[in-house]
Amino acid sequence: MQKFIKHKGKAVAIFQPNIDTDQILPKQFLKRIDKTGFGNFLFYDWRFDENGNPNPEFILNQERYKDASILIAGKNFGSGSSREHAPWALFDYGFRAILAPSFGEIFYNNSFNVGLLLVTLPEGIIKTLVEKTETLEHYELEIDLQTKQISDDFGFNESFEIDEFKREKLLKGLDDISFILQFQDQISEYESKRPLWMPKVL
Amino acid sequence: MRTLYDKIWDSHVVYQEEGKPTIIYIDLHLIHEVTTPQAFDGLRKSNRKVRRPDLTIGTMDHSVPTKNIFSPIKDYFADLQIKTFRKNCEEFGVKFFDIGTENQGIVHVFAPEIGLTQPGMTIVCGDSHTSTHGAFGALAFGIGTSEVEQVLATQCLLQKKSKNLLIKISGKLGFGITAKDLILYIIGRIGTDGANGYVIEYAGDAIKNLSMEGRMTVCNMSIEAGARAGLIAPDEVTFDYLKDKPFAPKGELWEKAIDYWQTLKSDDDSAFDKIFELEADKIEPQVTWGTTPAMVISVNDEIPDPSTAKNELEQQAFQRALEYMGLEPARKITEISINYAFIGSCTNARIEDLREAAKVVKGYKVHPKVKAIVVPGSETVKRQAESEGLAKIFTEAGFEWRHSGCSMCIAMNDDYLQPGERCASTSNRNFEGRQGRGSRTHLASPAMVAAAAIAGHFVDIRNWKFKD
Repeated sequence: MQKFIKHKGKAVAIFQPNIDTDQILPKQFLKRIDKTGFGNFLFYDWRFDENGNPNPEFILNQERYKDASILIAGKNFGSGSSREHAPWALFDYGFRAILAPSFGEIFYNNSFNVGLLLVTLPEGIIKTLVEKTETLEHYELEIDLQTKQISDDFGFNESFEIDEFKREKLLKGLDDISFILQFQDQISEYESKRPLWMPKVL
Repeated sequence: MRTLYDKIWDSHVVYQEEGKPTIIYIDLHLIHEVTTPQAFDGLRKSNRKVRRPDLTIGTMDHSVPTKNIFSPIKDYFADLQIKTFRKNCEEFGVKFFDIGTENQGIVHVFAPEIGLTQPGMTIVCGDSHTSTHGAFGALAFGIGTSEVEQVLATQCLLQKKSKNLLIKISGKLGFGITAKDLILYIIGRIGTDGANGYVIEYAGDAIKNLSMEGRMTVCNMSIEAGARAGLIAPDEVTFDYLKDKPFAPKGELWEKAIDYWQTLKSDDDSAFDKIFELEADKIEPQVTWGTTPAMVISVNDEIPDPSTAKNELEQQAFQRALEYMGLEPARKITEISINYAFIGSCTNARIEDLREAAKVVKGYKVHPKVKAIVVPGSETVKRQAESEGLAKIFTEAGFEWRHSGCSMCIAMNDDYLQPGERCASTSNRNFEGRQGRGSRTHLASPAMVAAAAIAGHFVDIRNWKFKD
């Protein structure tokens, strides 16, 4: 998994509450068996019309937000389905971090497994940042995961809270399987006590 | 003093290090074609095996054709995904129910049906509606594909413990009011993120009086309130349902299991982090009007005005939902014509749901402007419904009678709406585009959807003239 230590990039805001994973990556693209290439389908039904032409109204299609790598969103971003295809699509499109007042829980965990940093910030701060993306051309933010700081070139500086294990995981690019496999003995010990009445399928 | 969730959690801790997430053991891993191919690829790349194929079982549901289940899948990607799933299961020695075979069905329908879902277990699946299995007092939740790989490789999952939320529903549900109305009502009250960070335990008389099917409907939609999982303490209703199911314990083991299962309830005076109480008799038939399950009203209510929303952001969301749905404030939901009726999904396609819908349909014809389909939750449900004569009631009324699958709940197969079409649906999500690009979904109970199919619009099921 790609590490996340520090990132500076252009920010774009889609400031609506409850953007669900069906909007982030619509179900017609869930049939693919790879992890790559989903960026082309990110926000597909919003980004493209019925004939597959870009919708000029949609913010990601606007020239000034081209190559944005930090997404600012409304509360409960990523609610709904467990599809990891949603964070795959965001990452593949080029997003490295998402800032929102809150996130859907499964989406939150999935994102960290993909190398995407999610930062939870109070709604007031999010609103300020949304306004900056709207008023300042090519507005950039810098996120430092080592110091847990988020800042811009205009004096904005805010610290954020994040689960220490998740932070470590991104800083070092670790995956959870390697972590769990250190505890093979404990797993075997647990398995030896499995109640007999519990079902086995084979 | 521990809650039911605390008890199940404690009994599954494999390893806990200070300041780190907990390694918990997974008793049953359900898999399907959509969220697993990349996980099996991961295993292959790192030369790992499935640690416990005996605790892993697969089905095909999301992409399967339901019209003619044995017809070749025309969609190249869906076909490849199904074939890849078959190949992966065979290569890694995982048992699965192939398309059209006896036990195949929606993952959250077939597992309880054969007795695999039991109280006190931990159950995961790469599908958010895994919360369904909480109806048995099992801790069950959806996971992403990286986590699917984790469980395949280790039979464990790294988890942070959630907080405890108690939702207590006192009193009795009125005539015609179902588990679906109850859960939609709850989501409408607490919102789509009302239970973020929590595991919900549903309790109270209204829950105790529900059948297992009804309890599954309630727990199924816990995720629509943002909960990690939903739980209902097991009781006689649970034990009766499980008894003699193929995978239920037998003989002495059954007795032992029951002894343990009876301990699975929250201790009196358990400390819940949050409690939400409501009265069942206040609940009327529910229909969603918007693009989240929380945008829901009672059947006789008017579509709300955005100015009634809590704040500016919510107002904008209301406005956007109204535009997408092609609706105006103050209109009655019963005045809106539908084009389509869908009875199916892991929320409402069990035998009891079909019985409820068939009671309404009996002796009537589907409205000429409505296309209506019934997609049983599993092949077992399908056979059962055919033997009870329900299938005949539906087909005589003009419903299409299908094979099992997710079908129009997610519209990954050939069943989807055209832009602007409006569907009365027993499924769980009314998100934009959920039933096809530009589709407009109204969620309701099986009886309400059946009645809408006949009337051509929603009606209050409490006034329905049942023809016996």
